[in-house]
Amino acid sequence: MQATPPSDIKDAIKQYILDEFLPGENPDSLDDSTPLITGGVLDSIATVRLIAFIEERFGVQVDPHEMNADYLNFLPDIAALVASHLADNK
Amino acid sequence: MSRNAGILADCDVSAALISRKLVAGFLEAWRGAPLTVMEYHGDYLLLLRSTVRDEQSADAEQNVSADDIAYILYTSGSTGKPKGVVHTHRSALSFIEWCSGELTPDNEDRFSSHAPFHFDLSIFDIYVSLAHGATLVLIGDESGKQPVALARLIAERRISIWYSTPSVLRFLVEYGRLDQVDCSALRIVLFAGEVFPVKQLRALKAAWPGPTYYNLYGPTETNVCTFFQIPDPIPEDRLDPFPIGRACSGDRTMIANAGHGGAGNSMSGELLVSGESVMQAYWNLPEATDASFVVDESGVRWYRTGDAVLETREEGYVFVGRLDRMVKRRGYRVELGEIETALYVHSGISHVAVISSRDDDDGVIINAFVVTAEGARPSIIQMKRFCTEQLPAYMVPDRFIFLDALPRTSTDKVDYQQLSQLV
Repeated sequence: MQATPPSDIKDAIKQYILDEFLPGENPDSLDDSTPLITGGVLDSIATVRLIAFIEERFGVQVDPHEMNADYLNFLPDIAALVASHLADNK
Repeated sequence: MSRNAGILADCDVSAALISRKLVAGFLEAWRGAPLTVMEYHGDYLLLLRSTVRDEQSADAEQNVSADDIAYILYTSGSTGKPKGVVHTHRSALSFIEWCSGELTPDNEDRFSSHAPFHFDLSIFDIYVSLAHGATLVLIGDESGKQPVALARLIAERRISIWYSTPSVLRFLVEYGRLDQVDCSALRIVLFAGEVFPVKQLRALKAAWPGPTYYNLYGPTETNVCTFFQIPDPIPEDRLDPFPIGRACSGDRTMIANAGHGGAGNSMSGELLVSGESVMQAYWNLPEATDASFVVDESGVRWYRTGDAVLETREEGYVFVGRLDRMVKRRGYRVELGEIETALYVHSGISHVAVISSRDDDDGVIINAFVVTAEGARPSIIQMKRFCTEQLPAYMVPDRFIFLDALPRTSTDKVDYQQLSQLV
């Protein structure tokens, strides 16, 4: 199976965040430099929901120690985390 | 029209003055005793209860005592059915006498009547001016809604005592071009009915530096029962809205024990009011009347305001919010008014209203309705980031909805019921 390219991963996560946590937002406002956790877009409950989405969508397991701003604060970080888990699965 | 007809039937009026163009719709909605329609003056007609002409109305006038009903004001009940708030002559007088002592009006003063007569702010306008032989300038609906015209009217009619909601004053500051008119006759500005964000109060004081400003507080049921004189100048580091202060109108106030209304925080609780300015009852609603009072051991009746306050040594009571605007979200107690206060700190926001709604997945959802000042509308992401800087994470609104203006009730307060239909 071919690995999902990171930009597709990032776009899917971005779309999920826009749909679930930022209804009505202009998609252009959410970019690679938007702080998600420290910026109030993802609170603890939203973070948990995002992880559940990632795990289901990409078939990966996010470790509990990764569920924080060090790994999940920016879209590229989240995409990279997903990509690294996808590589582990191979 | 059916609301008006319902109110007039409920309080059993003997006579009503009504504009000719409204009379047909009114009579159609009328469900009370038969009415006689008479010509009155100009565009107005007089509706009389058909039995009224047989009564000895001249005698009744001479027999009025202080404990007779002076007026009934209708307020929207949380159930949607308006409740008639019964005030006696004595209760109105206790407020008027306090105003006389505190504000020392005289026959040189020129009052404005901006508030509609069904709003209790009009009790001040009409009767305090009358008690001192002052001038009362009636402000029509039209100019009342046009800030530039209103500002010009205040200047040209040399209004010296102004009383309105903060909303009206903010509207004047933002759009009234106050720099182009001379309102220097103003010596007292009173506001009541809602919280005045400090940012806009400061802007108002900059435009009108002369007058003394007062924050008056009191639900329709108590008339004005506490007051606070705004310091001059306003300290630069002041961000919190000014308190509602200390008791007036001869009333006494206290904070209910935690348990009344569920205010668990030991520092704050529901404000109770006792005294002459407090209403007699809700008209024809004995159960609602009983529920709105608590009686203490000595038999004193205290009106439950439903407002959460915090008592401070320096400034008296600080309004925290409606008890029924406290929601529990994710186990935390969230006061929606506090979120509004935080959002007002944002320089790009001119008006904000926060309401909660329920969602099957998330429980309580916090919705922020935001009106931005002229210029670029911030993104939702920017709003969330701003809130994160001002508030704990559990108080950051889930949704931001940008509006051109907030819906308002006929008394210029934010219409939260209408907003709840938008979520």
